[in-house]
Amino acid sequence: MSEHNEHAHHIVGPGVYVAILFALLIGTGLTVWASFLELGLWNPVIALAIATTKAVLVVLFFMHVKYSTKLTKLAIFSGIFMFLVLISMTLADYISRAWGSW
Amino acid sequence: MLDRSANTAHSAHEGHPPYLRHHFNSTEQQADAAGFAMWLFLLTEVMFFGGLFTAYLIYRNWYYPAFVAGSHQLDVRWGTLNTLVLICSSFTMAMGVWCAETRRRKGLVLSLTLTFILGLGFLGIKTVEYREKIEKHHVPGFHYSLKSFLDPQSDPEIYAEYHDKPLVPDMARHTELYFSLYFLMTGMHALHMIIGIGILGFMILRAKAGAYTAGHVTFVENFGLYWHFVDIIWIYLFALLYLISRHQ
Repeated sequence: MSEHNEHAHHIVGPGVYVAILFALLIGTGLTVWASFLELGLWNPVIALAIATTKAVLVVLFFMHVKYSTKLTKLAIFSGIFMFLVLISMTLADYISRAWGSW
Repeated sequence: MLDRSANTAHSAHEGHPPYLRHHFNSTEQQADAAGFAMWLFLLTEVMFFGGLFTAYLIYRNWYYPAFVAGSHQLDVRWGTLNTLVLICSSFTMAMGVWCAETRRRKGLVLSLTLTFILGLGFLGIKTVEYREKIEKHHVPGFHYSLKSFLDPQSDPEIYAEYHDKPLVPDMARHTELYFSLYFLMTGMHALHMIIGIGILGFMILRAKAGAYTAGHVTFVENFGLYWHFVDIIWIYLFALLYLISRHQ
């Protein structure tokens, strides 16, 4: 247990925060720009991909998950995975049932 | 109890910081436990907002034309501005955590105050957007008007930008569902912001008095997690509500 201690108080500095801030601002600009393009099916895919990239940056660096314990990482991963299971099962059911008759 | 702690405070906390609870082995273990617990709470929040996102996706899939017409009523410029405001507030909050960790009292107060102001700015912009919906009778259940959707040319500003075709009455009816989800999702998000701003106000007062910059940063750190989580929810709301329906 004690070998975790060296990781416990990792302080993330302003340099990293500024870099992430700029990445997030660029991501926002990019996603607004992409929404003006006519990409058909790819519009939502790109918007969600950029949103997810931004969310991952926030979680890893602003929320320090990159430097947190394995227990916290596992809990977060399990929670997100469970959410994805729930949402994809629900959507699969609604999309495949009574197609076109709503 | 008071008496006892006054007499023994010095000896009972010998060799470790006074904020270390005695059922923990070390301050690291205490901080890890608090951070883990905060994440468990945030995961329940993921499930809570997840239900709303799922409802949105299902109805969007069912009543796609109504959702497109509904989202054309949102102004991408306000949405983008709010996204920028919220991202900046997440940055100032992260800087606040760093200031607390490195024991900079003035820096912490400044960071928290900026976060507080940016949070209020976000709510201000949201109010402008809500007011427009109220004026156009686009609030579900309160004299909801289908005019913009049955006769898009009656709404010249939106028509000039999107040239929407009129919806048939049965589909136009479902724009009310879009706005129900819009107000539910952005409203729950705004409620989280209001709670966060309230806690920020409390933290600013405490930080001015010297709290959080004497080694015990758990409260600031865990509040930071909450604030960043609210930011992430908005990142998805912005993409889903404002951006993905610009083309029909």
